[in-house]
Amino acid sequence: MIKTLAKSIREYRRETILTPLCVSVEVVIEVFITYLLADLIDLGINAGDINYTIRRGLLLICCAAVSLMFGALSGRYAAIASTGFARNLRQDMYYNVQTFSFANIDKFSTAGIVTRLTTDVVNVQHAFMMLTRIAVRSPVMLVFSLIMAFRINGRIATVFLCAIPVLAVGLYLIMSHAHPIFEKVFHTYDRLNRVVQENLRGIRVVKAFVREDHERDKFTEVSGSIFNDMSKAQKIVAFNGPLMQACMYGCILVASWLGANMIVANDMTTGQLMSVLTYAMSILSSLMMLSMVFMMMVISRASAERITEVLTEKAAIRNPEEPLYEVKDGSIVFESVSFRYGGERNCLTDIDISIRSGETIGIIGGTGSGKTSLVQLIPRLYDATEGSVKVGGRDVRQYDIETLRSAVSMVLQKNELFSGTVESNLRWGDENATLEDMRRACKVAQADGFVSAMPEGYQSEIEQGGANLSGGQKQRLCIARALLKKPKILILDDSTSAVDTATDASIRAAFRSEMPDVTKLIIAQRISSLQDADRIIVMDNGRIADFGTHDELMERCSIYIEVYESQQKGGDFDD
Amino acid sequence: MTKHSTGQKPSGHRGMRPLNAEDLKALGKNSKKTIARLLDLLKPYRARMITVFLCILISAGAGIVGSLFTRTLIDDYITPLIGAQDPDFSGLIRAISVMGCIYLLGMLSSFIYSRLMVTVSQGTMKKVRDNLFSHMQTLPIGYFDSNTHGDLMSRYTNDTDTLQQMLSQSIPQLMNSSITIIGVLCAMIYTSPLLTVLILLTLWPMMKVSGFVAGNSSKYFSLQQAALGDANGYIEEMVNGQKVVNVFCHERKAKEQFDQKNEALRKNAAEANKFANILMPILGNLAHVQYVLLAVAGGLMAIKGVGGMTLGVLAAFLQLSKSFNMPINQVSQQLNSMVMALAGAERIFQLMDESPETDEGKVVLVNAVRDGDTLRETSRRTGVWAWKKPDGELVEVKGDVRLTDVDFGYVPEKTVLHDVTLYAKPGQKIAFVGSTGAGKTTITNLINRFYEIQDGEITYDGINIKDIKKDNLRHSLGMVLQEVSLFTGTVRDNIRYGNLEATDEEVVQAAKLANAHDFIMRLPNGYDTMLEGDGSGLSQGQRQLLSIARAACEDAPVMIMDEATSSIDTRTEAIVQSGMDKLMQGRTVFIIAHRLSTVQNSNAIMVLEKGRIIERGDHDDLIAAKGRYYTLYTGLQA
Repeated sequence: MIKTLAKSIREYRRETILTPLCVSVEVVIEVFITYLLADLIDLGINAGDINYTIRRGLLLICCAAVSLMFGALSGRYAAIASTGFARNLRQDMYYNVQTFSFANIDKFSTAGIVTRLTTDVVNVQHAFMMLTRIAVRSPVMLVFSLIMAFRINGRIATVFLCAIPVLAVGLYLIMSHAHPIFEKVFHTYDRLNRVVQENLRGIRVVKAFVREDHERDKFTEVSGSIFNDMSKAQKIVAFNGPLMQACMYGCILVASWLGANMIVANDMTTGQLMSVLTYAMSILSSLMMLSMVFMMMVISRASAERITEVLTEKAAIRNPEEPLYEVKDGSIVFESVSFRYGGERNCLTDIDISIRSGETIGIIGGTGSGKTSLVQLIPRLYDATEGSVKVGGRDVRQYDIETLRSAVSMVLQKNELFSGTVESNLRWGDENATLEDMRRACKVAQADGFVSAMPEGYQSEIEQGGANLSGGQKQRLCIARALLKKPKILILDDSTSAVDTATDASIRAAFRSEMPDVTKLIIAQRISSLQDADRIIVMDNGRIADFGTHDELMERCSIYIEVYESQQKGGDFDD
Repeated sequence: MTKHSTGQKPSGHRGMRPLNAEDLKALGKNSKKTIARLLDLLKPYRARMITVFLCILISAGAGIVGSLFTRTLIDDYITPLIGAQDPDFSGLIRAISVMGCIYLLGMLSSFIYSRLMVTVSQGTMKKVRDNLFSHMQTLPIGYFDSNTHGDLMSRYTNDTDTLQQMLSQSIPQLMNSSITIIGVLCAMIYTSPLLTVLILLTLWPMMKVSGFVAGNSSKYFSLQQAALGDANGYIEEMVNGQKVVNVFCHERKAKEQFDQKNEALRKNAAEANKFANILMPILGNLAHVQYVLLAVAGGLMAIKGVGGMTLGVLAAFLQLSKSFNMPINQVSQQLNSMVMALAGAERIFQLMDESPETDEGKVVLVNAVRDGDTLRETSRRTGVWAWKKPDGELVEVKGDVRLTDVDFGYVPEKTVLHDVTLYAKPGQKIAFVGSTGAGKTTITNLINRFYEIQDGEITYDGINIKDIKKDNLRHSLGMVLQEVSLFTGTVRDNIRYGNLEATDEEVVQAAKLANAHDFIMRLPNGYDTMLEGDGSGLSQGQRQLLSIARAACEDAPVMIMDEATSSIDTRTEAIVQSGMDKLMQGRTVFIIAHRLSTVQNSNAIMVLEKGRIIERGDHDDLIAAKGRYYTLYTGLQA
């Protein structure tokens, strides 16, 4: 995991190494300053030697300047390194996501990818900064303060050495008791958020069924459990302060007693006692810091693991060694193709079909019958598990992916528009399209009318997810966008479900007259959208149940007839 | 600190930024009210808070005494013993014992106040959360329309988190630091007023420098937050549309734009962190310089005998000055997190101040038994319902709903429904047809008072719905919404949502009526199958069946239904359809129709356009009229 993450340091290697170095220098000087301060009091002020005081003072100021410089440098380098590292992490993840095929995206879910790119990176960036600064600072401080303490007086320093394990064990006990409860609370927090989220999403249901009190009870139960667990955990953590104080005060008292005896016996000066006590504080507080760093590391480990998952994910679909850069025509052949998304069950079994270039093919079938899976194999959004899918006479796995996907234009079932203008969205299809090109595509998709009617026409703003357009308008824009690719094969996956029947018919008519050479595959629920296709595929349970013209199917295909009759009785009454 | 690092969800990082002048202004102005309300929340813990304060006083006092201890020990007890022939350690032992007791007292009080604060802060947080959620339940639907879920959610996450941190950490630490500062200042003045003036003078440039660094850091932290929001927004949009990116081979473009935003974020974050990181070294080292200045100045004064300065006084004073700077830095840090917490608290209180749905209705829904011609109220469930007016009169619930001259707009300036008049006699089916935005859903939302009408009148069994208690009104109206919302829990829990008192038997009955029973039995654990994430494991059709079963379980005399438009396959659709048909039997139904069969079977069809009913009648009437309905109908047949 650490190796994978460390790869993202790259150009910030210098800063990453310089940070702990500067921190170390800063700390060493700091320890030295502590020594000088004691010296100043002891030999300067107490001895009434003003010259010595001034000399020491000047040295001290110089040291402070150096320490300041290294402190500032370390802070600067740490900031550059950690934010740069975070940038690279985001970039590496995002770039890898760009190579993901549909199968990879399904595996993580989009929400999962977004969390990894946002919150998790911020957590790791924090941990990284901690690791290069405080995780270095504390042990160095600990060791050097201990050395200084030993140099001044070995016997008293031994007292501190005894206090360290007491504090360490105490901190360990507190954490090991509190941590599992905190873990539990994190999950309860998730539950709390879920209750609120479901409540917000279903607020109409809550109100319609007058379930406000029921929801309140649900919420109070969860918030009560947070209260109990958090109280329990924090009450354990409340031992932290007193523990630290106990160690510190204990050290001071014991050291004072020992020191007093030694001073009286002339083995030590009062100034030395003062400095040794100062080091005691440094030692114990750096131990405290260290325990905090440790805790932070534990927390951000989960984030680091999640990020590593994305970084190490291998794209399921990659370009072949010597790809083909041209698609000859729009013919499609499935040769004994089977497909599954993973898992045991086949989504498609033994598909054998041959479609000529320029044909219009309708595809119909129930939910889960495999319609979408079938067409997604054509632009190689997934790879067939068995058998071969051919476009223009060659297996799709032989093409350069970009070439193939430019030739095969697909309008997805769940389609997305992006924030920007109508024009910028259409340009996804063809970056160099002229306004004339766009108008033509929109006319075919029956979108020119409403786009022109918008206040700023093709320059009108589209909100994220196309929130300011109706379902039918969105679908028509998505079709226009797909047309701009000037594909050899056009696939519409239930892309006119929200478009009214008349417009739907006009779109199909325009397809026929404007782009006769393009192979068109149309998935739909309404038979009226399909019946004028050259041939229709009827899918059932991952197999081709039948393949023929409307009239042929009406004679021999029972599934088709059943669907047809049910739609005659109660059609769609919407626009 | 450990409390903080573990007590918070690891997500939701808030950049700690140093305070700037504007923050302080905001703190002074807007937050007075917020602070007052927070204090109000703490009222039940008054006794504890006073104890906490006293404990902090003792603990801070012990700290101050402690920092002076070694010096006194050396000066008063050790130095006199030096060179003594037969040193008498009894005074020393006494002093150390006294000090030990003081330390013990300090430790004990810091332990007590930490534990007390846990109860205070967690108890307050529970109250804040509960009040927040509880109040949210009373808000009108309109409020949820005009606020994004993300925004409302953040009150429960970020805002309460900062508040929690403030209560459990900032407040006690702030008290502690302030007491220490005051104590040390007093001790300093007592020791040497002259040097105190000197230290306060040197404090001023230090504050200036740190103010400058903090101001810069603060500026870049704001920029960083903006850049972070921008980058996160872009990431979210692109990742959500990743499949489209794939289909259009848009990867290269997507990378370019991402790189720009990512780099902007890095730059601002680097600047912000740089300034934040150098603040501590600057302050720490300036303190050293200050120390040296004091030492030299004091030393000169002592030698020249200015202002009665002696070396002993100077040494004591220097010792004190060490304890002075640290709490000052702490105060500035804690104030900073207080400002953020107060902003969060303000947002929480804002939600709590939203006015709830009005409900001036007095007519209630009661169970009744028929006693010959008259009705009698009863407490058991009889299946016969009656409206009970304030004067005790009972009116049987039949399901007669009338709208008279109803005008409505989501905002007062823009009326979206004009002069809507319609009636539904008990058992009748009223269908609404018309294009998106014509006002179909709006009408149904007025009947159950999700929104309040601007003008006109709606009556239910002859009673103005404004006079009916809202909860009771909604209980008498069953709803099947187009967008199905399910809750985490078992299938049974979800159906029982319609009627919490329904027995298992009744739940099954409702599921059977809705045609949901068959598919439920095929689920791995039948009715006990857990649904998570809004029933994401179920198909669209199955979710609709559950939503129908839920309404069937409620068994209300009037149904409001919104037919789903999403494309489900024909077979499932037939099952859903027949489930809805069964639910409609014997009830007054308002249905937003998308399917021809539904429309044809209705007693009356209302054709809506731009918020007006433009045609009404049954199917045959409307066909004969050859109006809008006719075009819709024939367009469909073509």
